[in-house]
Amino acid sequence: MADSQPNAPQSLYAAREPVFPRKVYGKFRNLKWVIMAITLGIYYLTPWIRWDRGPTLPDQAVLVDLANRRFFFFWIEIWPHEFYFIAGLLVMAGLGLFLFTSALGRVWCGYACPQTVWTDLFILVERWIEGDRNARLRLHRQKWDIRKARLRLTKWLTWLLIAVATGGAWVFYFTDAPTLLVDLFTLDAHPIAYTTIAILTGTTFFFGGFAREQICIYACPWPRIQAAMMDEDTLTVGYRAWRGEPRKHSEEVKAGEPMGDCIDCMACVNVCPVGIDIREGQQLECITCALCIDACDDVMAKIGKPRGLIDYMALTDEVREREGKPPKPIWHHVFRPRTILYTALWSLVGVGLVVALFIRSDIDLTVAPVRNPTYVTLSDGEIRNIYEVRLRNMKNEPTRFNFSVKGDPSLFVTLEGTPYTSVEVAPDEMKLQRVYVTAPQGSDPAQADRTEIRIWVEDTASGTRDYKDTVFNGRGQ
Amino acid sequence: MAKKPTNNQEPDTTGHEWDGIQEYNNPLPRWWLWLFYATIVWGLWYVIAYPAWPLINEATAGYKGWSTRANVAAEIEAAREANAEINARLASVELEAIPADEELNTYAVSAGAAVYRTWCAQCHGSGAAGVKAGGYPNLLDNDWLWGGTLEDIHYTIAHGIRNEEDPDARWSQMPAYGDILDSEGIDQVVNYVMSLSGTPQDAQAAAAGEEIFLDNCAACHGEAGGGDIYQGAPNLADAIWLYGGDYETIRETVTYSRFGVMPPMGGADLSEAETRAVAVYVHQLGGGE
Repeated sequence: MADSQPNAPQSLYAAREPVFPRKVYGKFRNLKWVIMAITLGIYYLTPWIRWDRGPTLPDQAVLVDLANRRFFFFWIEIWPHEFYFIAGLLVMAGLGLFLFTSALGRVWCGYACPQTVWTDLFILVERWIEGDRNARLRLHRQKWDIRKARLRLTKWLTWLLIAVATGGAWVFYFTDAPTLLVDLFTLDAHPIAYTTIAILTGTTFFFGGFAREQICIYACPWPRIQAAMMDEDTLTVGYRAWRGEPRKHSEEVKAGEPMGDCIDCMACVNVCPVGIDIREGQQLECITCALCIDACDDVMAKIGKPRGLIDYMALTDEVREREGKPPKPIWHHVFRPRTILYTALWSLVGVGLVVALFIRSDIDLTVAPVRNPTYVTLSDGEIRNIYEVRLRNMKNEPTRFNFSVKGDPSLFVTLEGTPYTSVEVAPDEMKLQRVYVTAPQGSDPAQADRTEIRIWVEDTASGTRDYKDTVFNGRGQ
Repeated sequence: MAKKPTNNQEPDTTGHEWDGIQEYNNPLPRWWLWLFYATIVWGLWYVIAYPAWPLINEATAGYKGWSTRANVAAEIEAAREANAEINARLASVELEAIPADEELNTYAVSAGAAVYRTWCAQCHGSGAAGVKAGGYPNLLDNDWLWGGTLEDIHYTIAHGIRNEEDPDARWSQMPAYGDILDSEGIDQVVNYVMSLSGTPQDAQAAAAGEEIFLDNCAACHGEAGGGDIYQGAPNLADAIWLYGGDYETIRETVTYSRFGVMPPMGGADLSEAETRAVAVYVHQLGGGE
């Protein structure tokens, strides 16, 4: 528009240049196939793994039971008050990303990010239905006809099926999968399940089929943060310009000077899923998927040159290689103070979580003192404090909690609704119990302003104990 | 990716210039413009669909007939319908059997707490500790004027105390002894009453007050001053004082008597289920018998 009208202002809108990645063979491509199979397999199949927990608890191995506020992971059951385990896992995930980024650049983006994995899967479907790069380019440029419509519809329908399966698999993590699967088909499932599936189907279809690299370039914040974690020793995908240039077809070659290894075959550009030319150097768009390495190695083998014109390398290697020295060994890049620090921090959090998991108690209590009023005078002059105690029985069997109080020998405990000092809590349940701590008339705690006390509960069967510290309010005389 | 500019012409400007900085007359991005048009269309639809234009008494209603008041009413109605079954059960079962029924008890305590906050907290306090200055009883202790069983509490809540509205209200009246005893006699009986709960007093006056007490007070309060829940006569021998246990307050009580009232909550104000719920709630606060 701007070019045809001399005085017209330039359009600020730039349409996306479609990318048609070519098929490629090689070790990194194979590695990516394996990672895709593993990650998709974990995602789709995990909800179907069964794990026997007895009659009262769900038998799904991995289950986020939002309705009952429980998270099940095989033999581990997390209650809401143990959410620090999830927070710890998130911290570990963050530190893990730091570690991998500082050592291997955007390796998460290139291999394991769901956006990359699903886009790869969608491109696989696209190639299978519409053919490889050249066929797809032709199809893209030709006018609509019956064949184009048939191919496009087949492709979109297949994408849609994958997208539905993706959104569908997500909801299975939140309720019993076999029951929900039947309910989904008989239209008995909760509307939230259908809404979630619809939204995730839409995002998967759109992100994997159409938005693709634009998500990485424009929407994702991670590429912007990653720069802070990369340095000159970080391994990224790079082009050995000192070996490849001057490339064939370039003007220097015509002048009769010696030629570089690059034959300008465009293989690296044609296989790139984000549509860049790696030979222009490290770029914001590059997700280091390493497919250009495979493509170039293939060409180098055919023309009888050593592999690695495009390769994993660090900025420090470029300096060394330009001086004629060999690159540093890989372990030299990976084991650096920075990566060792990240590994240490990651392990520290991990060990902490494992220790916390093993020493955690299967009973728990919280004590909320009733402060309106601070104390109650009983008819015989005793001073009573009321505490609202939440008892958690995290065991799979009924548990009897026995109460006692420490702090002053004159204090004694009574419970609302029972003449005993113990109550039973059902398996895997929380019980709210009003607990009374009473001081006889004239005793020290009754006369004092405040007395520090400790409320103990003991599992009468196993002897496991737990306590909370709180305060007993007296008359303050 | 965005193409680099291909024409080398000077960009068009709006003619605005501030300190040498010119404003380009660039078009808006297409997606932005579409969003802008979409908001205009949405705005027009909203004005038609929802309350929008303020008129003299009210705003235009909008074709969807939406209102926050109607929403709240619908939510209340939905909650009432959802609770209808358990409320019916609560109103019909044996009263004393409610605490043993875990589901019913949990519901009654929660529902009763809400009823309490709405209807009872004004006098008895949000923590149910009562207000001594007003003679509003503490509901957390184990001293009950009219009895502390679930049945007693339920009856008191349903019919109230000393009111004309309910013929079944609990009723009793202490005479004002200012008209009956002389000042010295009142002093003696006050000292005797204080001695019943072991509060320090004038031993001589207290001894003289014993006969006055037995003649005038023991009929209701009992010979030992233990009170009588069938007449709402307070226990005078314990540590709990409805209006206060110091000499001045007791003397005022004896001289002028007291007349604490409570409105009947059953019937007009609370349904049977609500009355029972709040009775269960009060019963489990700490003093229930």
